[in-house]
Amino acid sequence: MSATPKTFLFTAESEALAKAAIAKYPEGRQRSAVMPLLDIAQRQSGGWLPMPAIEYVALYLDMPAIRVLEVASFYTMYNLKPVGRHHVQVCTNLPCWLRGSDNIAHACKHELGVDFGETTADGQFTLSEVECLGACVNAPMMQIGDDYYEDLDKESTVNILKELRAGGQPMTGSHGGRYTCEPMGGLTSLNHQDDLRAEKVAARAGAKTTGGDDWC
Amino acid sequence: MLKDADRIFTNIYGIEDVGISGARARGDWDDTKALLDLGRDKIIATIKESGLRGRGGAGFSTGMKWSFMPKEVGERPHYLVINADEGEPGTCKDREIMRNDPHKLVEGALIASFAMQAHAAYCYVRGEFFRETEALQRAVDEAYANGLIGDNACGSGWKFDFYIHRGMGAYICGEESALIESLEGKKGQPRMKPPFPANVGVWGCPTTVNNVESIAVAPTILRRGAAWFAGIGRSNNTGTKLFNISGHVNKPCTVEETMGIPLKELVEKHAGGVRGGWDNLLAVIPGGASVPVLTKETCSTVLMDFDSLKEVRSGLGTAAVMVMDKSTDLPRAITRLSKFYKHESCGQCTPCREGTGWMWRMMERICDGKATADEVQLLEQVTYQVEGHTICALGDAAAWPIQGLLRNFRPLVEVRIAGQKPQQAAE
Amino acid sequence: MPKLTIDGREIEVDPGLTILQACEQIGIEIPRFCYHERLSIAGNCRMCLVALERSPKPVASCAMPVADGMVVHTNTPAVHKMRKGVMEFLLINHPLDCPICDQGGECDLQDQAMGYGLDHSRYKENKRAVEDKRMGPLIKTIMTRCIHCTRCVRFTTEVAGITDMGMLGRGEHAEITSYLEKAVDSELSGNVIDLCPVGALTSKPYAFVARSWELKKTESIDVMDAVGSNIRVDTRGAEVLRVLPRLNDEINEEWISDKTRFACDGLKRQRLDMPYVRKDGKLQPATWPQAFAAIRERIGGLAGAKIAAIAGDQADCEAMVALKALMTGLGSTNIDCRQDGAKLGRGFRAGYIFNSGIAGIENADALLIVGSNPRWEAAVLNARILKRSLMGPFPIGLIGEVKDLSYSYQHLGTDPAALKKLLSGRSDFAKVLKAAQRPMLIIGQGALTRPDGAAVLSLAREVAEKFGIHVPAKSWNGFNVLHTAAARVGGLDLGFLPGDGGRDVAGILEGAGNGEIEAVYLLGADEIDISRLGKAFVIYQGHHGDKGAHRADVILPGAAYTEKNATYVNTEGRVQQTRLAAFPPGDAREDWTIIRALSDVLGKSIACHDLGSVRGMLVEANANFMRPEETMQATWGAFGTEGELSDVPFHSPIDNFYMTDPISRNSETMAECTQAFVAPKQGKTGTHG
Repeated sequence: MSATPKTFLFTAESEALAKAAIAKYPEGRQRSAVMPLLDIAQRQSGGWLPMPAIEYVALYLDMPAIRVLEVASFYTMYNLKPVGRHHVQVCTNLPCWLRGSDNIAHACKHELGVDFGETTADGQFTLSEVECLGACVNAPMMQIGDDYYEDLDKESTVNILKELRAGGQPMTGSHGGRYTCEPMGGLTSLNHQDDLRAEKVAARAGAKTTGGDDWC
Repeated sequence: MLKDADRIFTNIYGIEDVGISGARARGDWDDTKALLDLGRDKIIATIKESGLRGRGGAGFSTGMKWSFMPKEVGERPHYLVINADEGEPGTCKDREIMRNDPHKLVEGALIASFAMQAHAAYCYVRGEFFRETEALQRAVDEAYANGLIGDNACGSGWKFDFYIHRGMGAYICGEESALIESLEGKKGQPRMKPPFPANVGVWGCPTTVNNVESIAVAPTILRRGAAWFAGIGRSNNTGTKLFNISGHVNKPCTVEETMGIPLKELVEKHAGGVRGGWDNLLAVIPGGASVPVLTKETCSTVLMDFDSLKEVRSGLGTAAVMVMDKSTDLPRAITRLSKFYKHESCGQCTPCREGTGWMWRMMERICDGKATADEVQLLEQVTYQVEGHTICALGDAAAWPIQGLLRNFRPLVEVRIAGQKPQQAAE
Repeated sequence: MPKLTIDGREIEVDPGLTILQACEQIGIEIPRFCYHERLSIAGNCRMCLVALERSPKPVASCAMPVADGMVVHTNTPAVHKMRKGVMEFLLINHPLDCPICDQGGECDLQDQAMGYGLDHSRYKENKRAVEDKRMGPLIKTIMTRCIHCTRCVRFTTEVAGITDMGMLGRGEHAEITSYLEKAVDSELSGNVIDLCPVGALTSKPYAFVARSWELKKTESIDVMDAVGSNIRVDTRGAEVLRVLPRLNDEINEEWISDKTRFACDGLKRQRLDMPYVRKDGKLQPATWPQAFAAIRERIGGLAGAKIAAIAGDQADCEAMVALKALMTGLGSTNIDCRQDGAKLGRGFRAGYIFNSGIAGIENADALLIVGSNPRWEAAVLNARILKRSLMGPFPIGLIGEVKDLSYSYQHLGTDPAALKKLLSGRSDFAKVLKAAQRPMLIIGQGALTRPDGAAVLSLAREVAEKFGIHVPAKSWNGFNVLHTAAARVGGLDLGFLPGDGGRDVAGILEGAGNGEIEAVYLLGADEIDISRLGKAFVIYQGHHGDKGAHRADVILPGAAYTEKNATYVNTEGRVQQTRLAAFPPGDAREDWTIIRALSDVLGKSIACHDLGSVRGMLVEANANFMRPEETMQATWGAFGTEGELSDVPFHSPIDNFYMTDPISRNSETMAECTQAFVAPKQGKTGTHG
């Protein structure tokens, strides 16, 4: 976790991303880029938005700071307080809850030793309860950083957290033995793809860890 | 059951190559110029004739919506905005299109934009879909690289740009005017209507906002003809549809099926049936969190389309089917949805800002066995006090699940009042 | 014109109206909280819902435009039920603290709850508590009371032109705040207190002072600047407790500046409540006869040329016309109402008033500001410029100091040379003015009080004539002089100016210094260099123990603007009258009566015996006084004098908006504002942080 910095400046990398973001919008509509720019600033600041970053973005886009703060406080993905290196976000909305998200939440709390809304003492993990993340047929699931971990149970959840703590990159996507959102065990449509599916599922099972996303 | 030959999303599980060559092999980008050459009127007429109704939940005729855009481009450019802010609990269909079949969306965006004389489309993807955004961006980059979009899209002479705008965590931005506000760099607070987006949309310009699925099916409809699409399903409820089946089924999945497939058939054929068998079914929410919950009795016969579900006082919504077996603490389940709406209320208008929190708190009291019989009645009144009185439909969406619960499962609520032990909780 | 039916009555209204406005036209009142006719439409409170036939849902009448054939119901049981529903939602999280709420008695929520509230609460949960926000020395916040109507946010953004306020968070946790809880840095900030429909934003200086129903309300005119804002003065007994705006679309709409609103505590401090006579170098309390005798003794035998009079910036017309008559009787032509030495007056009236009228700003399509900081010189008028610039393209050029005026402008230079260049037609802004249909020029005292003021005025007139700022054929006169003194245009209209061979302010001070002037009558004149009065015998008539009084040999206690029925002419040339809201303290008297009484003692009796006859003298002096409340087209002619131009930059006469006159200088509230808003900008750090 980072202490509140007194100043904020885009790095050259961030600057390039910011310029590209602004270029997406029509002339004179650079204000539309406030969301991407806040995201860029947040990523640069270690996952949260200190006030100087908000003011920097305001200045960058020639917007009143209060309007930028309004945006930053409205959307849940902006963190106005520091978060750990891994932001573990457990969905507890209905589809996940029906399939045992209480267990997932409990496993996370137990494994990390923190409650929702808290950060581990070593600053490695922040645990949050979040609303539906839109992977409902792969429930229960959680998001850590930019990745989804799906079809979880207690064991896979704990393993994922352990691997992250050890500095590894756990397998993203389904941990329930399927490729994406197809019915488990075999296709009920597009049957000509079933062999290929089986191959891919086997490959996933074979690979203990696969960095990033292998399904696309 | 839908034949594979009639499926539009032929790589919905991402098993085959997601990239441009895979997409081309599946028929995407096949002489798109010829589709554009049909001309605007013909394109819009075809979409109208196909009977395609918006796949985002409201079910408004897509072709009709396109026709609302000004016929001539004046000083203000036209825009297509694609709603990929998929956030309705239970819903995860657009996610699969974007990560597994993204070229359908990009091609559809070109055609729809051309039909509405827009030179740019903005696709508003919920921020949590980071990897999905990457996948979609790859497809967009490929399309540019192959001249399919850009200054001379598919050699048609039409300039078309596709931009992705990432949301940052606000369910309300799935409401089209809130989405537009957000795209303009503001809080996602819905606008008053009129004016409607087709007149004053993003940056004050004529704008049409369409769901990802509505746009992604357009190229296939044009290729195979309105009659083909209209021939699937029943009248006024035509075509194919992506369904998400989640909850207490043996094999939760996403599947493309005929509009109007019986709910029971959908669950049993594709999702491996209800956990513990059909008789173990308690209830189904058939179209995403906001539509009223159905009893097993209704589920046994109801068809999954707009009009059939409307007849049973529910709705197709996003076709996200949430199945709950008899182990479910149903009031608790609905309470979870109430908490969701309270969390997602933008706070702009009074009934929603104050009502969602009040409804949730009353639901909590009921679940905790702390409520009196009067309160159930009060709760019901409050849902009607919110419904229809807000700027956007979030107020309605917050009210309906509770109304459905009280309408169809009142005894499960009243048993809490009597102070009886709650039913067995979810596993 | 669309025809619609409202509650069974068919009416035809202008297109573009909303249903709510149409209802108002036929006297149907629609309850509302967020809607305000001078702000953008938010539609968020939902109190104004009405039933519209063939619409599946009720509609917010404040936002729905009328359309032909609409059938609207505003008074059905269903509509009543909706309103009750919304009211209940507003109340569930609103505290039940009306007994200790300053808004009590004038609270929209309280009023509407009488009609639509339940007699008991059905809400069993804990009410939401919201932390109060710091918003500076003027606005007290009790944010738990906030109903999120966003009027304050819209006002500050759209009218005051500052973007400090906003609504953070979302859902039931949404909170109104200023950025980082900074004080709301606008000269118009107090208006959010009036706009707030509940007691979330209330007046800090007025906190727990009085209940609205205890107050006597007097309609009057403000004299803190030359705008002439229409105000209501609320008093209890002899004490002015607060000042509120009164509606006048031509002048201040319904806004007033923070000085107008909050300087009234200055009326209680340092007041002159009895006559004083200097004896043995010290001012001693005296009776009126003693004070008059002392004057008679000292100036009884003096030649008129040795006597002079200067009228201050808050002097009323009645007092000025009486004093002018007295001076004439004494044989003196040494009178002047231009403490600052402005090179205005005499001749064509169009050369010294704001010809287009303040509302006329809305008709202009380009603006040139010369030597003025309208934000500080006339805050309410500045809001009109912002309003115009928000209505559509409105190029603004400024010659003078670079200041944050709350709207953007092009800076064309700092001194007369920039104006000269513009006249030559060589600058881009010259083209802008040329292309405009109704260009406007605002020239401030910063350009006119300088030694070359007359030459600048002449140059400005040439610009006006060349660029179509004054076009008689189009009956467009956008040549506007912006005054800072409430008394000034009245003084000029009355001819309170040096007569034949008479001295102006500079001449009077010079004469006093070298002994040629032996007696000076200061009618509330505090803004001159008092140290230059030399050995002259000084009579100070006024209401505050300010600079002038300290130097006086005789003090005649007069009345402040809230204590007299007096006439003022605003910068537009509009004649308006204040009303007596409270009696002057102690032995103090309405000013013209003092002068009349003195004239008897001096044997130069003025022929007036009541307010009617002194006002008759005003009309005699200038027929404009016959038509109060109106503005008239003024005659145009060759005003100003060609001459050499200096290269000294223009400088606004106001260095501190909050302290410009004896009343505001004695206001604790204005002192706090100075600390909060002015000192930081001038690089001074206040001792009280």
